[in-house]
Amino acid sequence: MEQWDALHSLTRDWASSMQIPSAIVTLILGMILVLSGLWIGQSINLLPVGASANAPIYDELFQVLFTIGAILFIGIVGLLIFSLIRFRRRNDQLGDGIAIEGNLPLEIFWTAVPAVVILFVGLYSYDIYDRMGGMVPLGHEGMAHHAMADSSEERIWGGLSSKAVDGDAFALPVEVTAMQFAFLFHYPEGDITAGELHVPANRPVTLRMEAKDVIHAFWVPEFRIKQDVIPGQPTQLSFTATRPGSYPIVCAELCGPYHGGMRSTVVVEEPEVWEAWFNSNAKSDGSTTT
Amino acid sequence: MTVATPPEIQSAIPRLQPSGWIRYFSFSVDHKVIGLQYLVCGFAFYLVGGALAGAIRTELASPVSDFMARDVYNQVLTLHGTVMIFLWIVPVVNGAFGNYLIPFYVGARDMAFPRLNAVAFWLIPPAGLMLITSYFLTGAAQSGWTAYPPLSITTPATGQVIWILSVLLLGGSSIFGGINFIATILKLRRPGLKLMQLPMYCWAMLGTSILVVLSTPVLAGTLVLLSFDIVAHTGFFNPGLGGNVVVYQHLFWFYSHPAVYIMVLPAFGLVSEILPVHARKPLFGYVTMVYSIMAIVGLGLIVWAHHMFTSGTPPWMRLFFTIATAFIAVPTGIKFFNWLATIWGGRITLNSAMLFSCGFIVNFVLGGITGVALAQVPFDIHVHDTYFVVAHFHYIVFGGSVFVVFASVYHWYPKFTGRMLHEGLGRLHCALTFIGFNLCFGPQHWLGLNGMPRRVAEYDPQFTLINQISSVGALLMAISTLPFLWNVVQSAISGPLAGDNPWNALTPEWLTSSPPPVENWVGEAPLVEEPYGYGVPIDQLDLAAASGRDLWSIGK
Repeated sequence: MEQWDALHSLTRDWASSMQIPSAIVTLILGMILVLSGLWIGQSINLLPVGASANAPIYDELFQVLFTIGAILFIGIVGLLIFSLIRFRRRNDQLGDGIAIEGNLPLEIFWTAVPAVVILFVGLYSYDIYDRMGGMVPLGHEGMAHHAMADSSEERIWGGLSSKAVDGDAFALPVEVTAMQFAFLFHYPEGDITAGELHVPANRPVTLRMEAKDVIHAFWVPEFRIKQDVIPGQPTQLSFTATRPGSYPIVCAELCGPYHGGMRSTVVVEEPEVWEAWFNSNAKSDGSTTT
Repeated sequence: MTVATPPEIQSAIPRLQPSGWIRYFSFSVDHKVIGLQYLVCGFAFYLVGGALAGAIRTELASPVSDFMARDVYNQVLTLHGTVMIFLWIVPVVNGAFGNYLIPFYVGARDMAFPRLNAVAFWLIPPAGLMLITSYFLTGAAQSGWTAYPPLSITTPATGQVIWILSVLLLGGSSIFGGINFIATILKLRRPGLKLMQLPMYCWAMLGTSILVVLSTPVLAGTLVLLSFDIVAHTGFFNPGLGGNVVVYQHLFWFYSHPAVYIMVLPAFGLVSEILPVHARKPLFGYVTMVYSIMAIVGLGLIVWAHHMFTSGTPPWMRLFFTIATAFIAVPTGIKFFNWLATIWGGRITLNSAMLFSCGFIVNFVLGGITGVALAQVPFDIHVHDTYFVVAHFHYIVFGGSVFVVFASVYHWYPKFTGRMLHEGLGRLHCALTFIGFNLCFGPQHWLGLNGMPRRVAEYDPQFTLINQISSVGALLMAISTLPFLWNVVQSAISGPLAGDNPWNALTPEWLTSSPPPVENWVGEAPLVEEPYGYGVPIDQLDLAAASGRDLWSIGK
């Protein structure tokens, strides 16, 4: 530590005009850094509009990660640029720098701090994932009370499926078939087949997805959800749309030449509007579970 | 081991190895010739991969598919990824600098297995040519560099099989190289040279080679099975025949995630060599640097499934791989803080090598931050397979590894050729590359967050402007190679003579002539116990008196 103190006093001498002790300067710089990171995290929005129950939870996580990232990035780049300017070789300087080969307390410090930050981020994102319903085990028990579990031996891997949704009779079941290069949506309750996904707002929807040919991925950016649609291995995804409107459904896994054109639309409607759509298209008597 | 022959006998017997320029086109067993063969060959493929990237960015300048046919676009993106990874970054950061520097660093006259070394290099040109000509003859593979089945089984078979053969050859080359580096570092060290006295690049190459030897065979086996599925209609990964497509992803990423560390660990090592020389300070925290390399190697092997958070994976697996992945940030962070501490208080010469190294730090920190974010399952589920991921990994492999390759060329060019590069052109190259790179890949983070998937030839028109900005950045990057090419060619012919040690460096490659003689040193190899012995002790610091040359010449 003596070396470090000596280095500090040295830098202080070089900055001859500044007589403030370096500990205070460091503290103030650290506070400015944290505050500017918080400001950036709060005020810069990089995400599209959120339209599902998932989205606000996701955006909360994004804000935390963005804030921590901004603090780290500005801090490290600031330190780098400061060092390059302050410690650049002047024309009259011929000698070397100072022979400091290490500093154990400092090294322990910058091992421990990232480890704590990482641990915090990991626990926090676990909590977020749990709130999104990602930790619900799918498979035999999960599917046992499900209306569509036609074959009990089938192992179904899921993406997000909130606890409230799973096995809930209130949830709207939709079967999704992905093929080169389109999504097909089938509503078993009304025997409707459509190229567009119509869902009511504020009602859980459970997608049971299967691919015909190659791997596709079902992604709705405004819902912050994505799940691969895998041939030979059905997957399940649940969400609750909250904001009426039309949003793109995008295939996110390379599936062939027209991959970029494999898009569809999810239309979120007020429950009455959706009911009208459903009844006018239903082949059977058309009564819904609501 | 190569035995040193006294010069008078050597001149009497006829040479078995060609000399002069022809040796660079021959089956030379000289590690320095092989290193430069890797470097120049890799750079030629970099230009090919860059042209392919230019084609991609041209297509994406408009939201409709109008520049090339859609299946050609998929071939181009597959070739771009494969060429850049397997023919440029992996061979150059490992093969080129590894072959050139490792024998110097351990005090040997050549690699442990010189012929195997030459074989490893000469597998690359045929593999690369095969891959590229497949585009003209039959159409190249079009399932991406990941070649996920069933897409890779259903797309035209010839191109895919040629792709597999090519990657198998390149993987074989990589394994040969890895075995050679491990043997050289562990077994060919000069008597008296301890492991903890080796320059950091040796540790990086030791760690990298362990990863290569452990993980590349898994990729080879997987691709052989995939080729059986294509050619012999077996059903390993074909769901129609009872196969499982997710198993392929596990096997593929068991190699291909460590491959990221195979591309960046050597770059970490090279930066650790460059920074102390130009900052005139010892490398900060040597021991923690070594431990963090080994920690990255260990953790790097158990994080692969973070590429598969949206595939069929159970929740516990997602949780485990989140935590393992995020923890890689700890040893990586140690290395970055140590580099910052290395330059803190130094006498930094802001030359091209230093500026490219600092560009690497800026880019890699951003790539690392997005990497920790991507490790979080709930975050990844939205941005997986989008341009956010494209931006992230280009910040790692271009902003990281490629910046370091350029820094290394500026640093070691005087040793390679005996001549100095033009400093002004070098800084121009650095500025253009840094601006072009960030202009190209920075905005892609936003594209991914807002709904643009990767590997598409057409996209939502709302993204047009940002894509055009990105394409302008790509154009700048293409232009930035021109001053570099001119500089490298022109300086080789008429650059100012460098002398043996223009940077007053202490590592052993500088303690011989430039370019070095065939067996590296005339006489015995020097014993360098303190490769980073720069700087003056704090109590002796006299700001004006001592110079690096003084310290070096008194043998500090």
